[in-house]
Amino acid sequence: MNDTYELRGSETHIEVHKFFPGAVAMVAILALVLQRILPVYLPKLEILDLPLLVTIYFGLSRRNPSTGLLLGMMMGLMQDSLSGPTVPIGEYGIAKTVIGYLASSIGSRLDTEHPLARFALVMSFFVVHQAILVLVRRVLLAEPEPWFNLHLAIAALVNAVLGVALFVAMDRLRRSS
Amino acid sequence: MVGLPSRHKSLALLAGVVLLQVLMLAVQVKRDSRGRLIRVWTITAVTPFEKGGAWGFGKVRGVWDHYFALQGTTRQNEALRAENDSLKLRISELESKASEADRLGALLTFKQAHEKVPMLMARVIGASAGTASRTVEIDRGERDGVRRNMGVITPDGAVGKIIEVYRDNAQVLLLTDKDGGAGAMLLESRSQGPVKGNGDPTLSMNYVATDEKVNVGDKVVTSGMDKIFPRDIPVGIVIEARPGTTFKQIKVKPAANLERLEEVIVLLTQEPVEFPSQTDTQGATPAAEKP
Repeated sequence: MNDTYELRGSETHIEVHKFFPGAVAMVAILALVLQRILPVYLPKLEILDLPLLVTIYFGLSRRNPSTGLLLGMMMGLMQDSLSGPTVPIGEYGIAKTVIGYLASSIGSRLDTEHPLARFALVMSFFVVHQAILVLVRRVLLAEPEPWFNLHLAIAALVNAVLGVALFVAMDRLRRSS
Repeated sequence: MVGLPSRHKSLALLAGVVLLQVLMLAVQVKRDSRGRLIRVWTITAVTPFEKGGAWGFGKVRGVWDHYFALQGTTRQNEALRAENDSLKLRISELESKASEADRLGALLTFKQAHEKVPMLMARVIGASAGTASRTVEIDRGERDGVRRNMGVITPDGAVGKIIEVYRDNAQVLLLTDKDGGAGAMLLESRSQGPVKGNGDPTLSMNYVATDEKVNVGDKVVTSGMDKIFPRDIPVGIVIEARPGTTFKQIKVKPAANLERLEEVIVLLTQEPVEFPSQTDTQGATPAAEKP
């Protein structure tokens, strides 16, 4: 069985990557644990959203919208569970489900291997993720929430930069063909 | 049966999964339940990794802070550095331990000074997994006698309250969370007004009448009216006081360094706790200002 294969819809040839067994689960748990531990020692790292980066990466790489949205949902629900009882379960879940779906859908149409493409995509997904979160909080939970501010703009930039570096590291988890 | 194209299948799955979560949110809002079962499963699954990670991070940070970080400053003395590396490493380990011992010592001294007040020392092992809330997780839980709504402090001042308890760990809602706060009063005038979190590093003190005299630098302490904290625990210091239509708009800088908590004390009682800083300086001194 091929470890990678190509989508041949029309003229494009886009690889669908497979990963070592357990790699997705391991990376997902590691991202959630680090998301909780890092701010204890380095409070400024609260700005990072590692579960989001993992959702985007596997969405873009696996290019299957169904698995992408299910991974996003799992990451989001676990993030909700670990954020304390003041965050209702489903808040991050909805946002990351949509991001997982979008990332997989875009991944199956575009080549997303170039660092610049990855930078732009992570930044865009961060903004969309934030917009969904605000929408959920405002509409479903009736909580006041700013749409966007300088802090979030910096967060989008930082996450995009980290995403580019992290994606290169995570590329090593792919099974070579 | 007519098969759906895969794109439509995934769209239908997306719609179904999102709808399910919206319903889940609606149930939580309506019943004021917070999906405890899912949280217990997730926390039980993640806590062992977290405890291991926290231990590992502590070790790595100790070596990093006191060894690798020093390499930059000693670049010009590379020859000497090679000779001294092993000694530095040893010193760094000792410094790291000494720093930890200092912090634990402060907590122990505080605990010993208030022997009659039942309290429990706990280590912070995790923070909130998102920016939507300001909570920390501690390594003490139901088995250690921790219960919901117990107050959490450091020797510097109030930190928050226990919001969720599991078998071996518990979650603390920090004062700075949007849902956090405490009954408080101004130390000098004894005017009462609850402090509330804003989701940022400062607190707001509410319901203090506009004609009340409040100055920047005034100390804020707990009032004991919330039945969570005993009276006179430092909450913070006033950093802004503006007149409003009926009530003053007061911003308070927390006394405890809530951005960097590593060890905390869980109050197992509401007995009064006397803070050394109050007898010495008559008030709270924000931890962030300390060296």
